[in-house]
Amino acid sequence: MSNSRDSRSPVSPLPPGSGAAVVDTGFIPVRAKLLEVAAFLDRVERHEVADDFRCEALREAAQVLVDGRPERARRILEKLSDPTSEPDAISSGKAALGAWRPVQK
Amino acid sequence: MRYIEPHGHMVSRTTDDYQAMVAAGCAAVCEPAFWAGYDRGSVEGFRDYFRQLTEYEPARAAKFLLPHYSWLCLNPKESEDLKLAADVLAMIPEFLGKKNVLGIGEIGLNRNTRNELKVLELHVDLAVRHDQLILVHTPHLEDKKKGTQLIVDLLRSHRGVKPGRVIIDHVEEHTIRQVLDQGYWAGITLYPDSKSSPPRAVDMLEICGRDRIWLNSACDWGVSDPLAVPKTALEMRRRGYDAEFVDQVLYQNPLRFLAQCPRFVLSQPAG
Ligand SMILES: [Zn+2]
Repeated sequence: MSNSRDSRSPVSPLPPGSGAAVVDTGFIPVRAKLLEVAAFLDRVERHEVADDFRCEALREAAQVLVDGRPERARRILEKLSDPTSEPDAISSGKAALGAWRPVQK
Repeated sequence: MRYIEPHGHMVSRTTDDYQAMVAAGCAAVCEPAFWAGYDRGSVEGFRDYFRQLTEYEPARAAKFLLPHYSWLCLNPKESEDLKLAADVLAMIPEFLGKKNVLGIGEIGLNRNTRNELKVLELHVDLAVRHDQLILVHTPHLEDKKKGTQLIVDLLRSHRGVKPGRVIIDHVEEHTIRQVLDQGYWAGITLYPDSKSSPPRAVDMLEICGRDRIWLNSACDWGVSDPLAVPKTALEMRRRGYDAEFVDQVLYQNPLRFLAQCPRFVLSQPAG
């Protein structure tokens, strides 16, 4: 069985000084990705496609970033997931789109 | 540094990739059977592909001194034609005696349909009857969570399946516990735009531990990076993990799983 905890608690002690390294090497790339999210949300409004179900799902998922609770990555993935549990009768023949839409299949 | 690439679709990569992987410390590459980008039209199409995986590709890899192993199956995307699937499944045993074959994979689900589940069950039966290791692909994006649960439920309901001989691949933060908590191995795939990134993969190791987990690039003909595994070693070292940690995750873990197949023998000494 796994020893998994929530995202704040490591299974084993972290290497000494790892926190500074996480910020020093991670901040700039993540800053860039956050700006991409912001610019994408502006762009879909400018092009009048902000009501696409994927854009709606993205705005909804983004709220998880600032709700102050852990397990953000897991919770965002779950928000974007098909919540049903039964196998589908037939295949749509199409690729997955990254966000779930009840009538898509 | 040494590492094992436990999931790479090398038939769609160039010799430059082989060179780069070996230069980065790759000690072996394992190639699951995969979708060609189009549905193969006949059993003979699959027979040709299995010959490529078991004869030609290991010879190509050997030119770069890289041991090459393969897994055999029909891809979940090709499960909707049940007659073709049955015919291919009946042919697979012809190849199970080939010296680079590790087991049945990558089987699993794509869009979580009933036909995909039926064909997955047939593959699991075949693996159990022939005492083969199993490598499972989990679906993409919004289908992954539900598909992983359907897969875990199907595997658990089959009496012959030993969880320690099954790796469930492409886990992410929302599926890794479903897999590890049932005793299966979990594969984390490092992709530029989907699945996991190197920092998120190391996060999962910090949260879930480093037992029964391997990392792979799943490099193929799509957007992917055949050096994603050694690049993740850099992320580990930046956070202060030592060489032993890196070696355990990138070399010893895949070796431990794959060595359950007696054919998987590496000449490089362990440790
Ligand atoms: Zn694959």
